[in-house]
Amino acid sequence: MKKVKRLRVENMTRCLGCYSCMMACARHIHKNFSPQKSAVQIRTKGGLQSKFVANICRSCKNPACVEACSSGALLTRLGGGATFKKDNCTSCGLCVASCPVKAISWDTEKAKPIICLHCGLCTKYCPHQCLQIEEVEVYAN
Amino acid sequence: MLIKGLLRILYVNLDNQEVTVQERVDLMDYLGGAGIATKLLEEEGEPTSDALDPRQPAIFAMGAFSSIFPVATKGVAMFKSPLTGEWGESYAGGRFSLAMFVAGYDAIVIQGRAKHPSYLAINGDEINIRDARPMWGLSVEEAGGMMREKEAGAGFRTTLRIGPAGENLVKLANVNVDTYRHFGRLGLGAVLGSKNLKGITITGSGHYPIPDSPKYNKAYHEIYQKATATNAMEKYHDLGTAVNIQPLNAMNAFPTHNLQESSFGQVEAISGEAFAEKHLTRKLACTGCPVGCIHVGTWRKEFGKGHEYELLNAAYDYELIFALGSYLGMDNPEKVLSLIEKVESQGLDAISTGVALGWATEAFQKGLVTLEETLVPLTFGDVENYLQAMDYLVKRQNEFYQLLGEGTWKAAEKYGGHDFAALMNKLEMAGYHTGYASILGQTVGARHSHLDNAGYSLDQSMKEIDKEKIVDFLLKEEAERCLINALGLCLFARKVYDLPTIQMALASLGIEKTEEELIKIGKEIFALKMKIKEEMGFDLSKTRFPKRFFETPTLHGVLKEEVMQELLELYIQKLKEFVPTPVSV
Repeated sequence: MKKVKRLRVENMTRCLGCYSCMMACARHIHKNFSPQKSAVQIRTKGGLQSKFVANICRSCKNPACVEACSSGALLTRLGGGATFKKDNCTSCGLCVASCPVKAISWDTEKAKPIICLHCGLCTKYCPHQCLQIEEVEVYAN
Repeated sequence: MLIKGLLRILYVNLDNQEVTVQERVDLMDYLGGAGIATKLLEEEGEPTSDALDPRQPAIFAMGAFSSIFPVATKGVAMFKSPLTGEWGESYAGGRFSLAMFVAGYDAIVIQGRAKHPSYLAINGDEINIRDARPMWGLSVEEAGGMMREKEAGAGFRTTLRIGPAGENLVKLANVNVDTYRHFGRLGLGAVLGSKNLKGITITGSGHYPIPDSPKYNKAYHEIYQKATATNAMEKYHDLGTAVNIQPLNAMNAFPTHNLQESSFGQVEAISGEAFAEKHLTRKLACTGCPVGCIHVGTWRKEFGKGHEYELLNAAYDYELIFALGSYLGMDNPEKVLSLIEKVESQGLDAISTGVALGWATEAFQKGLVTLEETLVPLTFGDVENYLQAMDYLVKRQNEFYQLLGEGTWKAAEKYGGHDFAALMNKLEMAGYHTGYASILGQTVGARHSHLDNAGYSLDQSMKEIDKEKIVDFLLKEEAERCLINALGLCLFARKVYDLPTIQMALASLGIEKTEEELIKIGKEIFALKMKIKEEMGFDLSKTRFPKRFFETPTLHGVLKEEVMQELLELYIQKLKEFVPTPVSV
């Protein structure tokens, strides 16, 4: 058995729309000031009067993105989701198109997908615990 | 972008649809926000021409720290105010600063007049002037929805738009930003209206690598902790600014019934606590602020027989509950929310509209105007008539509403009643009748706002009236706030961002400034504002205080006009010593 972290959406009705989660991902993982470079994307359904939703990797057990990747850049991650091997990526963009819930953003500058590491840094900056990290035990094989 | 060592300015001319971009290294000393916007208004403005002359620029800027540090959420607009005929300056949060950041512009300068109603769509380097003819006449909400439907950039986009008030050149018109925030107060809505500009959408996909990641992350984290884990900003999240209603009322500082009184008998019914208990359903934040001070109230309104209900929501704050609450005698939150909803949809500034209608109500009481003018009997507490009056104001229904739409000052010129028009050099007062520092601060402040220099705050901490101290405080505070506003910080975070914190934050981006240099930047921006105000014809020595300020008790009792006059003279004298002579180009 191995403990694995998984990012999940918990209380989106409490979201303030402050984007602190996105800025944390951009800052720490992508070393960039723009919150567009974040594996978490907070959106509204049409203006601030509507609800916020979080577009995040949902930790699929057999992810469509891995299936779509023919270069071996995306591998199934233990506990769900995908692990990104940057050097294998051919920048084809098929992973972005394949995700049924559109959870993969495209880094236009580097021409690479932005794949969630499930590190949980974003949750540390969420003032209302809308996003949370769960630890699950999975069999290593 | 401060981090790139130059500032990028987008110039749009609506007359000939010409679009240019300038990269300016020479503007770096102004940092951004209020600094560059002031400088650009000096360069592009026509100080002696009419505020609605198409050549007048509407200038928008984000701050130097926008999208880089927490609570750096405020964008600024600078213009010549059609309400006061002089300095126009206003701030808004929402997603404006983030949108400017990803669009890649520190400032946008808009001049000219479109040949028919249009809106400006900015998506990075792609600039379009789009047809807005079907949107002309539509509410803020409806027009905003249409623009959002058409433009890309969801989540990283700001949608600015005016309502019918701005289209009709009502000088109390504001510009709505992302539904719950506004460029309010000094009539920017009318400036855009005069340009045939219904709105502006801004988005883009600009990105900027962090130069020194560990240093920056540390700085960010420190400021984030200060803003969230300490009590520096807690009150703004909890009950929000409305927390101040009961305390200010208890101090005799809560303007009521056109400032005939300074405490409101039914205050408990419209307190922050009452709003929270019955109506608060949501809190929101401007992008980049973990505090979340936007308080949204929801209420159910019956619009017809047969159980016909609609669910409405509006954002409320201290100032709105004062201007559209106690000032007009509203004794329950639903009435206040209904008035807020009306000003929101029509694109009127809440404070100025409330104070103007308060004046109109007293003018009606005193017989200076009759039903022939007001069309509905204006009575404190009568929400339906005020809703109707607001529609008349927006439509400029008759000569009276035409003049009231020019501002309370203009209406009083025709009908009399300057004595009870609660104006700070032609701008309708904010919700603090705390004492000398508040009135003097708003009167002398560059934009006549309580936020220029926080006199209301000094009144609350000062025991004995000390004239020197009041004047010195106001001058120092105003210059400091010029710096805060150049950085694009929300003033609610002013305690988080003291000078050493600002220094540390700048250093983490590779910009070294001493405390003295920072103070100097604030002072220079202040000096430049004063210079431009003068060119616009503003003369502080011509200030007239309405009698009403000296009739209604404040926290410091009933004020004396002679003392106020002495304070003004002292301020004028000290101002000359305080601000350096602006360096003209």
